[in-house]
Formats: sequence, C-alpha cells, structure tokens
Amino acid sequence: MTEPLLSAQALVKRFGGLLATDNVSIDVMPGEIHALIGPNGAGKTTLVSQLTGNLRPDTGTIRFAGRDVTRLPLHARVRLGLARSFQITAVLRDFTALDNVALAVQAHRGHSFRFLADVRTDRSLRDPARRGLEAVGLGARADTLAATLSHGEQRQLEIAMALAGEPRLLLLDEPMAGMGPEESQRLVGLLRELKSRCGMLLIEHDMDAVFALADRITVLVYGRAVATGTPEEIRADAQVRQAYLGEGTA
Amino acid sequence: MLAALRTPRGAVTALLLLLMAALPLLTQAFDQRYLLSVGTRIVIWSIAAASLNMILGYGGLVSFGHAAFFGIGGYAVGILSANGIQSGWIQWPLALGVAILWAALIGALSLRTRGVYFIMITLAFAQLVYYLSSGLEAYGGDDGLNISRSRFGGLVDLRDKASFYWLCLILLLATLWFSSRLVHSRFGYVLRGAKSNELRMTALGFPVFRYRLAAFVIAGAFGALSGILLANDGAYVSPAMMSWVKSGDLIVIVVLGGIGALFGPLYGAITFFAVEEFLKPLLDLLHRGWGEYWQIVFGPLLVIVALYAQGGIDSLLGRRHD
Repeated sequence: MTEPLLSAQALVKRFGGLLATDNVSIDVMPGEIHALIGPNGAGKTTLVSQLTGNLRPDTGTIRFAGRDVTRLPLHARVRLGLARSFQITAVLRDFTALDNVALAVQAHRGHSFRFLADVRTDRSLRDPARRGLEAVGLGARADTLAATLSHGEQRQLEIAMALAGEPRLLLLDEPMAGMGPEESQRLVGLLRELKSRCGMLLIEHDMDAVFALADRITVLVYGRAVATGTPEEIRADAQVRQAYLGEGTA
Repeated sequence: MLAALRTPRGAVTALLLLLMAALPLLTQAFDQRYLLSVGTRIVIWSIAAASLNMILGYGGLVSFGHAAFFGIGGYAVGILSANGIQSGWIQWPLALGVAILWAALIGALSLRTRGVYFIMITLAFAQLVYYLSSGLEAYGGDDGLNISRSRFGGLVDLRDKASFYWLCLILLLATLWFSSRLVHSRFGYVLRGAKSNELRMTALGFPVFRYRLAAFVIAGAFGALSGILLANDGAYVSPAMMSWVKSGDLIVIVVLGGIGALFGPLYGAITFFAVEEFLKPLLDLLHRGWGEYWQIVFGPLLVIVALYAQGGIDSLLGRRHD
C-alpha cells in the first residue's frame, strides 16, 4: 500500500473555549484530489492553517512526505514541497504575469542577494516561469500586468505561482471564489490536468466543482470530520445531508 | 543602445549627459565660473537622491532621514582631516564603513515599522546625528568645521574645480549604472515585489526584512559618498548639511524627478537647483526682497507635480518600459 503524501492524525486546536478543530484526522494520497467541505465557521481554514504551518495544533501530529512536520515552520514546509494558494487573490499587481511566476521560481533558487545580473534574460527563471504560465493556460498573457488580468486569470496566475516550486501537494483555499460559471469550469479542467503532477487538498464552496473533481471528500462540521468518502458515499450519507447539503443540493 | 536615442527620453538624457560632461569647458569659455559650482552641487545631490531612490523608489520605503548620510560621510572626512589624516584613500573607505554600520543599525530598528512610523523613526535617528554633531565642540559645534580637501597623491587634485566636477560626474554615472543594474536584478525584483505586496513575497518564501535591510545599507553607503563629496566641495562640514530640511529636499527631488525612474534624481536635482537659482533673482527683479520667499512659488509647483504628474518630470518624457 502506498503511503499518504500528507497525513494528519487527531488534530486538536482550541481558541479559548472554542474547539475549532476537534480530533480531526485527514490524509491525501499522491495524485489524489481530496476535498474539504463544510458550512461557514466549520473550521476549514483553521485546519488548513495547521497543515501549512501558519498555526500549530494543540495536540496531534502532521506527517508530510514521510516526515513529521508538526513542529516545522511554514517556510520549511514550503521547501519540502507543500504549496498553498490563497483564499484572497494575492498576486503582485505591478508586475507582469511572467514576472510573478518568475519571482515564485526565484524564491526556490537559493538567496537573491544578486545585484547585477538581469533577471529578464535569466533563462533559469524565465523558462520554467513560461512553462508554468502555459500549464495554467496563461501563455498568451505572459507580458500583461497582473493588475489588468481578469479575476479568473489572477486565480490561474496564483496557481501557476504555487506550482512554480514544483510542490508535491497543493492546498487550494477556495480557488473558485468570485468566479463566473465559465471561469470556474475552465479552472476545474485545469485542476484535473494538474492532478498527475501533485496531490491536492481542495477547500471549496462550489459543490459542482467539488463533486466533479474530488476523489474523496471530507465533511467538516463544528470542527469535527463527520464523514469521509467518495463523492457517491458522501452524497448518500444521511448525516451529511442533514448537517450540510440541505434540501437544495441533495 | 542607439535605438534608445530615438525615444524622447533617450535623446533628452543623452543630450543632458553630453552637456554635463562639457560643463567645465563651457563655463570656462563663457567665463561663468559660478555655474560650475552650481553644476557640482547638482551632481552631488543627484548621487544622494539616486541613493534615496533605491529605497524610496524601488522599495517604497520613505526614509525621512537620508541627509544623515550627508553628515556621516562629511563628518568622517572632516574629523579625520582635523586630526591630520588627509589621504582620501584612508578617509573615504572609513567614511563609507561608518555609514554602512550606521545604516545597518538604524535599518535593523526602523525597518520593523511601516508607513508613517517608518518616516518618523528615520527622521528621529537623523535628528539624533544632527544634535550629536552640534555637540562636537572640538569640531566646531554648531558653527561647523573648515577642512582641507582629501588628497589622492598625484592622481587627482580636488582643489581644481573642473577635476572635482568630473570626478563627481563619474561617480554619479557609476551610481546610476549600479542603480540601473540593481532594479532588474534578482535583488531588485525582491525589493520591488515587497513594495507591491509584502505578504505575498513572504508567503513565497522571501525573508523580506533581510533584503530591505541590505537595500537600506546600500543606499546609506551611496548617500555617504555624496556627503564625502559635499564636504570636499566646500572644504567645510556643519550640522546644517544633515538638518531635516535637507532630508525633505532629497525626497522632493526624488518625487519631482519621478519616483523609481532611473534618471529621475538627476532631472529632479537640476530642476530643484535651477528653480532656486533663477526664481530668486527673478522675484527680486519684480520686487526687492521677494527672492527670499522663492519657496512660496516652489511649494505650489510641487503640489501640482504631486497631483497631476505622478511620475514626475520623467513621465513627461513618455512611458517607461520596465
């Protein structure tokens, strides 16, 4: 049996009297898209923040790529191959799309105390950046200022930046947020293609996207993982339907 | 290279540099020695403004204490000179070394703050140096200190106005060359990226603080270089060279020339000193004594630039491509 890429065991996180993460275990296999769903306030972002290293769990362990990373800080986990895209779009607006990805590549190429050589002709940065843009379908927009890209394109750009470090696992925090149906459909296609390159943990409200993409789904309610299973199992789960999916979706 | 000359910016800049290179010959031919001293001051202030532009323009760090580096460079030369050390080979590296240490120290403290707090704390540190120099009774206190110019053996005689001017011009060109490389280097991209979105750069894995500190130190070193030159220009140093007004003037020059524009500091310094030199006599001509108040005219001019020409003078020369 293959070992999970990411495996969190019995995570607990309290904020004062609030139990934000209540004994949650979750894992992501290589090449798998595992979706995390749940109503607002269920503790999805808190959970992901513990996985990325922004927050430290009170108890429990997190293993990534065969190592215990529970106590590793964020940038060390990034170096091991754990990348994150942001819930709020965060690109460098004054830079072109290509510059954005090239900077993300640069971040993985040692220190940047180099003062004279011109990055615009540095093929060790530009070539991978261009390939990254093409992989997310932004090849033709390379020289466009990020600020003038559409919202959907900025999300694509952000994914290209997250992929620049050739991560083994991508944590996607609501990548479809604020997208029109056409744009989110394109992103679904993109994420499906990227599956062969890295595992993904997907937090998303767009149920169509979740059920189209996910190999497995975990449902989080009040900090507890109430169910984990294939999309079919989750759809059929009575507890989930009652707690979360409601009449509209089921 | 030649293609760049066909753009308005390239043509104007090339013409300007040619004119500047020939300035000592022109002022001699037309017997206008005074203009050479104005030119020298413009060149030295351009170096200082270019160094401020490295952190303010590329890094978005508004340092309101940059004139402190005038003073540190100047006083290092002055104090060594007063103690009998005249060799520029010893004075200049020592002056730069002191400035680098000072920049590292105050950078490490002030770069932990943001926005208006950064402005205030850099101002506070500059005032500290200002009052420190006023208190140096052994070195003239408030009155300042007459010094003899740095000696470089037979290589260059700084007492010769034309030679000194050309030396300053070469150092300005070197500063601008470095600045032009810096802005497109890996380091420059990190600096500019942090100006654009600091949090994102941190999340990408860049230790932003370290890069900003390095930029602050580099800018401090070039700032001190202009201070060394200023001391040698007048053979005199005084606390006035690092008053907060001078720090303000430097910001004005950078903004006037165009924030983050390569030649902006030069355009800004030329305009600043040209206005000062010509507005005064012009106003005096209108009415005796009005020249004193030239800043009443200059101030609104700045407001207009700030409101309507956000790229400064540089933006009048067409779009930038970087």
